[in-house]
Amino acid sequence: MVAGVPHPREMAIDVVNRLQDHYGYLSDDSLALAAGLLEMTPLELEELATFYTFIYREPVGRYVIHVCDSVICWMEGGVNLVAHLLARLGIQLGETTADGLFTVLPVCCIGYCDRAPAILVNRKVHGPLTIESLDRLVDSLREDAA
Amino acid sequence: MSADYPQVLLKYRQPDRITTLEEYRQHGGYTALASVIQNGDPAPVKAVLADATLLGRGGAGFPAGVKLKTVADDAPHPRYVVCNADEMEPGTFKDRVFLHAEPHMLIEGMTLAAFSIRASHGIIFIRPEYESAARILEREIGLAREAGLVGENILGSDYGFNIVVHRSGGRYICGEVTAQLNALMGRRPNPKQPPPYATDKGLWAKPTLINNVETLACIPHIVNHGAQWFKDLALTPEAAGTKLFCVSGKVNRPGVYELPLGVKLSTIIEDCCGGMKNGARFKACLPGGASTGFMTAEHYDIAMDFDSLKKVGNRLGTGAIMVFDHHTCMVAATLNLTEFFARESCGWCTPCREGFPYLRDLLGRIENGQGEADMIPQIKTICRHLWKTYCAFAPGGVGPIESLLAHFEDEIMQHIEEKKCPFA
Repeated sequence: MVAGVPHPREMAIDVVNRLQDHYGYLSDDSLALAAGLLEMTPLELEELATFYTFIYREPVGRYVIHVCDSVICWMEGGVNLVAHLLARLGIQLGETTADGLFTVLPVCCIGYCDRAPAILVNRKVHGPLTIESLDRLVDSLREDAA
Repeated sequence: MSADYPQVLLKYRQPDRITTLEEYRQHGGYTALASVIQNGDPAPVKAVLADATLLGRGGAGFPAGVKLKTVADDAPHPRYVVCNADEMEPGTFKDRVFLHAEPHMLIEGMTLAAFSIRASHGIIFIRPEYESAARILEREIGLAREAGLVGENILGSDYGFNIVVHRSGGRYICGEVTAQLNALMGRRPNPKQPPPYATDKGLWAKPTLINNVETLACIPHIVNHGAQWFKDLALTPEAAGTKLFCVSGKVNRPGVYELPLGVKLSTIIEDCCGGMKNGARFKACLPGGASTGFMTAEHYDIAMDFDSLKKVGNRLGTGAIMVFDHHTCMVAATLNLTEFFARESCGWCTPCREGFPYLRDLLGRIENGQGEADMIPQIKTICRHLWKTYCAFAPGGVGPIESLLAHFEDEIMQHIEEKKCPFA
């Protein structure tokens, strides 16, 4: 990935994404490895890794659920939806379920306001959601993982 | 309905798939590129875009023709063209819909822009939430390359232009031009204050043209049909072209509608979007994304173009119209928008980093019934300070707050006097 470009660090996000896709998150070891490839110091890469929403510096669940909390999803009942999701999974925002299946994170407007309220599961959009369709979604994710 | 107006960008939109390369060519796609390449002279492309008064569709409304001309003829190589597909402004999803409809229109527009400044490298900067669009673009760029429409020796000429897709890690500030340049170079995406401008010293200190998806997509049509045709598309004499309006909130049919600039707001809401949801009353809208100001029913019939909105102290922005009804608490809505700006501030300069959390706190207290009358002047003071920031993020972010104070002070006072949200 870095071999074909004149400035290795321009590939920083792609390299991090590749490592994250493989290991689930960007561990300290992955970060050090990536920094070496990108000809950056680990600190320089850390500066990027902690800046971006979609880079995880801690282990996350098999399904990372990003719940949009921006204005249109908020107005269309997103708050109740998120409260229901968290209660059902028994976690708070930012946490991962004990079985390692689900992590729920808040996210700014995901650009699906015509399908509000919407969420992303591993970057794939679902919406407009109701409590019932959200329940069905969680059930099907659980089944897929079993 | 938008179908009653001339369709340019979404004329051949399919309900659930892209227009293929073959179909795009059947509809006249890549003929603009072919004629320009055959002619070999970039000057007419620059001239027609300047005459067309194509204003940037990504929010700022800067004339695309002027931007092109700021790349000096003797500027160093390599030169870059960046397509900003990072739309992250709450309420904005027009580029997503467009990219899932007409990827080749963007590829052709980008290549034409590149040819006009003799750029050799193209990059599409796209937000991570649009992974499906990123994959579509990579695939279609590959097909265009096989067909000799991008890449080396375009259409047998000596001109070459390659396009790659760059996935962002996801932060709103990356939509800002100078921050995007930093992001592309693998640096922390802090905005930089120009000069130098990107067209002078952008990526790796080389000339870099950055335009929004929709702006670039207009270019093939302007090249094919001319500047006057483009101007005549708009309903108001000062405006030019159509606009992709993305409407969301309390309307029956939210979505993206291609309409002439200058179309009335009321036409968009009633004819295109099927009116207000559940028979509710229109209370206000943000006419162009989260960094514009609330516009009340007083301007329900306003012509939606850059000039008309400027005249009433607002902005067309990205054309993202978010509609609020009379059941919606404007303090709570503004609190939500302020939360967005507080979270997405890059943190580089102090007024923005500190100001938005402070504003969020004050608005939150008012919303929760702990507000006091002297908070209103405090909010005004902080908003004034937020105009002194490094980039346009904060002046945009105070748009909703300042307009809340201007149009809904009675609603704020009701919260303070009743010590609760009257809508709760």
